[in-house]
Amino acid sequence: MTQEELLEQIYKKDDKAFTLLYDMYAKSLFGVIFNLIKDREEAEDVLQEVFVKIWKNLDSYNENKGRFFTWILNIARNAAIDKLRSKDFNNSQKNLSADNFVHILDDPGRMINKIDTIGIHEFVKKLKPKCIQLIDLLFFKGYTQQEVADELEIPLGTVKTQNRNCINELRNLLKV
Amino acid sequence: MNSREYIESGILELYVFGKLSEEERQDVQQMAADSPAIRTEIAAIEKAVIDLSQSVSPTISSETYDKIRQELLGDDPKVVHLKQKTNWTQYLGWVASFILLLGAGLMYLKMNDSMNEQINSEIEKNKAEYSKMQQTVSTLEQKNKAVENMMEILRDPNNTIVALDGQAAMPSASVKVYWNRATQAVYVDAKSLPEPPQGMVYQVWALKMDPFTPTSIGLLERATASSSKMYRVDNTHEAEAFGITLEPEGGNATPTMEQLYALGKV
Repeated sequence: MTQEELLEQIYKKDDKAFTLLYDMYAKSLFGVIFNLIKDREEAEDVLQEVFVKIWKNLDSYNENKGRFFTWILNIARNAAIDKLRSKDFNNSQKNLSADNFVHILDDPGRMINKIDTIGIHEFVKKLKPKCIQLIDLLFFKGYTQQEVADELEIPLGTVKTQNRNCINELRNLLKV
Repeated sequence: MNSREYIESGILELYVFGKLSEEERQDVQQMAADSPAIRTEIAAIEKAVIDLSQSVSPTISSETYDKIRQELLGDDPKVVHLKQKTNWTQYLGWVASFILLLGAGLMYLKMNDSMNEQINSEIEKNKAEYSKMQQTVSTLEQKNKAVENMMEILRDPNNTIVALDGQAAMPSASVKVYWNRATQAVYVDAKSLPEPPQGMVYQVWALKMDPFTPTSIGLLERATASSSKMYRVDNTHEAEAFGITLEPEGGNATPTMEQLYALGKV
């Protein structure tokens, strides 16, 4: 299904629209939210918040704003970051801030989907450590290029191309 | 900048990640509008990160699903489940048909190429196997025929069967000679004789006793032997006994009696 066909369905905001939206993106967004929040219950609250926001603002989205996925990804990241900054979020897990999306895979207590349908976990672990850091910061945590350059101590001008190489590596592993 | 360079610059990844400035984003969209290659690339990058983020997602509880559904559609989750089930099933039906159709189409296309090739190689293989089997069958038929012929020969009522007993050189030897009085053909069953040493050969003699006259009727050479070690030697009109000696290759004019292996009276 192309983005156009998908959006045409989702814009109807009916039962089918919800099912499509949820089936296609809920897990992906939850992966991003959980990687930031690191608390399952809190993350589920944020996910709910995010879906409400997407649903309410569907009319304001159009393709001139970029990919639909990018639009909802930004909503999810921003909601999770807001939650982290909010007073009522007891950030007792500060020590875990070094965690990245790969650590989540190795933690049995976090109830990652046991059904790893495309066997992606094993692939993901094959990524170079540098790539895991880069993708974690840029994609999952939404850092700017400047922030990534500072954090990883690499020249600002190389962030884009290094990230490209890492995504290529991921695509090779996933055969996308 | 052409599309290839543009793609390689890494800007499309940041576009999907949502990490571009307003200006850069519009630039990407302009480029994408003109280039199918760029649009394809964007979709692939998006698929990769969706797969990735899905894979690291913990399971979402069914309560959260119900809550989200209720909040968005404003209906009772209990009712919804039933309703959803029907819709889902319909949807599944369409998806299944579509996949089936797509699969069938793909199969058809692929078949045209690869199936032909496969079928051809399969046919070749079968042909080869068939001809191999035919060879085997014809070999077996030949062998069978040889055995049947031999049986015919041995069963002939005109045969005189002479048992040759082992002699000094080899007491355990036991050889049978089938002598057809009508045709005068002589067959020697030498199965119990060991392989002759290098440079030596068994020689068969027709013997007359008074006076002692040995007549060579043939050599049990490997070349004339069938796998059953049944040898046909020369015809003979008269013989009172048959004997087998071990002789130098090519045979001897007279038997070397020290190397008499088997002897039997008619």
